[in-house]
Amino acid sequence: MKAGSMKDEGGLAMRVVLHPSSFILALLAAWHFAVVATGTKIFPSPLDVLRGLNDLPHLGAYTRDSLFRVFCGYVAAVILGIPAGLALGWWSWLAKAANPLIQMLRPISPLAWMPLAVIWFGVSNLAPIFLIFLASFFPVVLAAMNGVRNVPPMYVQAGRNFGLSTTALMTRVIFPAVLPRILVGLRIAFGVAWLVLVAAEMIAVDSGLGYLIIDARNAGKRYDLVVGGMLLIGVIGLLLDALIRRAERMKFVKWAFTE
Amino acid sequence: MKVVFRNIGMSFGAAGQANHIRVLDDISLSVAAGEFVCLLGPSGCGKSTLLNIAGGFIQQVEGEVAIDGEPVTGPDPRRIFVFQERGVFPWLTVEQNIGFGLFDKTEAEKRERVAHYVQLVGLKGFEKSYPRELSGGMKQRLEVARALAVNPDVLYLDEPFGALDSITRLQMRRELLRIWQAERKTILFVTHDIEESVQLADRVVVLSARPGRVRRIVDIDIPHPRDLSDPRYIALRDEIFGEIGLAHQV
Amino acid sequence: MRRLLPLTGILLFVLAWHLAVATNDGTLVPSPWAAVLGIVELAQKGLLAKYVVASLFRVTWGYLAALIIAVPLGVLLGLWQRGEKAVNPVLQLLRPISPLAWIPIAILWFGVGDVAAVFLIFLASLLPLTLTTINAVHNIEGVHLAAGRNFGLTGRELVRSVILPAILPQLIVGMRITLGIAWLVVVAAEMIAVSSGLGFLIIDARNAGNRYDLVVAGMILIGVIGVVLDAMMRRLERLPGVRWGYVAE
Repeated sequence: MKAGSMKDEGGLAMRVVLHPSSFILALLAAWHFAVVATGTKIFPSPLDVLRGLNDLPHLGAYTRDSLFRVFCGYVAAVILGIPAGLALGWWSWLAKAANPLIQMLRPISPLAWMPLAVIWFGVSNLAPIFLIFLASFFPVVLAAMNGVRNVPPMYVQAGRNFGLSTTALMTRVIFPAVLPRILVGLRIAFGVAWLVLVAAEMIAVDSGLGYLIIDARNAGKRYDLVVGGMLLIGVIGLLLDALIRRAERMKFVKWAFTE
Repeated sequence: MKVVFRNIGMSFGAAGQANHIRVLDDISLSVAAGEFVCLLGPSGCGKSTLLNIAGGFIQQVEGEVAIDGEPVTGPDPRRIFVFQERGVFPWLTVEQNIGFGLFDKTEAEKRERVAHYVQLVGLKGFEKSYPRELSGGMKQRLEVARALAVNPDVLYLDEPFGALDSITRLQMRRELLRIWQAERKTILFVTHDIEESVQLADRVVVLSARPGRVRRIVDIDIPHPRDLSDPRYIALRDEIFGEIGLAHQV
Repeated sequence: MRRLLPLTGILLFVLAWHLAVATNDGTLVPSPWAAVLGIVELAQKGLLAKYVVASLFRVTWGYLAALIIAVPLGVLLGLWQRGEKAVNPVLQLLRPISPLAWIPIAILWFGVGDVAAVFLIFLASLLPLTLTTINAVHNIEGVHLAAGRNFGLTGRELVRSVILPAILPQLIVGMRITLGIAWLVVVAAEMIAVSSGLGFLIIDARNAGNRYDLVVAGMILIGVIGVVLDAMMRRLERLPGVRWGYVAE
């Protein structure tokens, strides 16, 4: 049961003022006036940002490079992470052995791996892709592992009761039961991948949206491009997240999300 | 005799340790083919454990369970366990759930079987629905259909109607009896509800509190359909009340 | 034997690491032992304490500042449906933007230094904590709120006696996860924007002389402190006022 909201006060006036789009408009207006009022030469207004992005020739290429890197690292993490997580969830002794290692590696920011990544992969696309892989790997593994652990024993018992072999048990019972939780993990992992991408691009490469932000400032205090880059990152990240959420509505997994 | 329990004993926890509990003690029982037997007892008396042993999901510490002379060593499609309605697979439709165990049948056979059992349990029209769209009673019927579809020799039901409201429970009991009379499977039914046991069973096995022992086996010699105001029904019910040691008044 | 099992994962890893380095002659990657010696060297030079304290200092201030704002804000938005609907798109838009993307703006407003780093931690923690709180408020059992109101509680009293205790379990889990995020971000922030701390150590050790033993030493320290912080938060989860909210494992 959802916690009751405070009695919905106010009529039409309140509804208009607090509508999501008017809130955003209000924020934009406030931003614009703040820039004008303080007479700042450096911080851009919303219009400056739009203009800056529009005039930038490399924008398409940067976006493409960022998307390429994040997909490579992410897909690798998913392909390796799901089986690893399933194994850890199924064989608890394996999980017990691997757990301390995972706990130790997890708090180390992917960026901290940068020097090692550069040793192994040089200054190329592979270094950020490796970082993105590292960052997405753990959420995927954990989601798959917890998914398996949380399969109600009743389903496994029923599967065994009907005479299923272990492989049939995995494909016909465990996997469908685990799928919703894995999907949620995939969505979270993508969010992490997208965050790390930006950070990774700030250090070792010379294209991409993360690079744009750092370079725009360093090369000429182009804060309009800095803010523009940030907003673009936000919008694209949001779109991709929404895409993955659509997958959660597929028939085969819908059952877990509509209780 | 279809199902024979011989001196079943069960404990959990290592012997001599603080967490050692003896849950079943020297249970012996014979069930004839096609018979409906209720295992009745208070919570914690081990009746579910006994059923799990008979299903091959738990290994007993002493004694043996044999079905058609063969000792039970693990789960087997010839004896299907029906859990409460949460046991149906939520990612499969009604049709797919019922057809779950039919993987060695041809498509045509499968379709025919599924249709038969959809009809039998009264879920016609809901073949393509998912469990989340069904009521509790319907999900329970789905689970029974899934169990029956593989044509098991024995059905185990572990308090299957526990999560349903009492009106639905009455309806489900009638449904179960109708299905049982149509298919004549051997049924072992666990319950803590005295009325339920007298309404359903041919024989009621009354178990004591932990460690579970057979206190008494009561023959319910009333033909179906059973009238709940019939004096014989009331007499048998009171006998069991007395056996369990409960007073008559609330 | 059972108790040794958790160690085998780490042992195998260290062994594999050692072998990989030993068999690969020209590699710059240090052996496990070299990394340990690196830690000792830092301790001897007095840098170990200095860098660890610097990183912890930044995390603490940024995180606490975010906590103080996020919880009241989250409770308000959690209860006020219309307000939340209005603000939500903005929150969702901010979520995919890495805190590190704010570095240029942070430097613009605060210059290079501690304040910028603390600001980044604050930013990184604010959003997850707020979203967690909003979520926790939504998950309060309606019957508990109804009971509170039934007994005559309103406004501040309702928040203090029902809402805050009710959201505590979920909030603490969110706090633990956000602390982990803050720790990740501080290290990254230090690699770019300041000149002390464990993140700085990693970048500096490499740039100033290819001291990869110190790089890996830094990584190990980061991992260990991260585990310790997480363990501390997990202890909070065992308090009686919090424990009730978790399903028995």
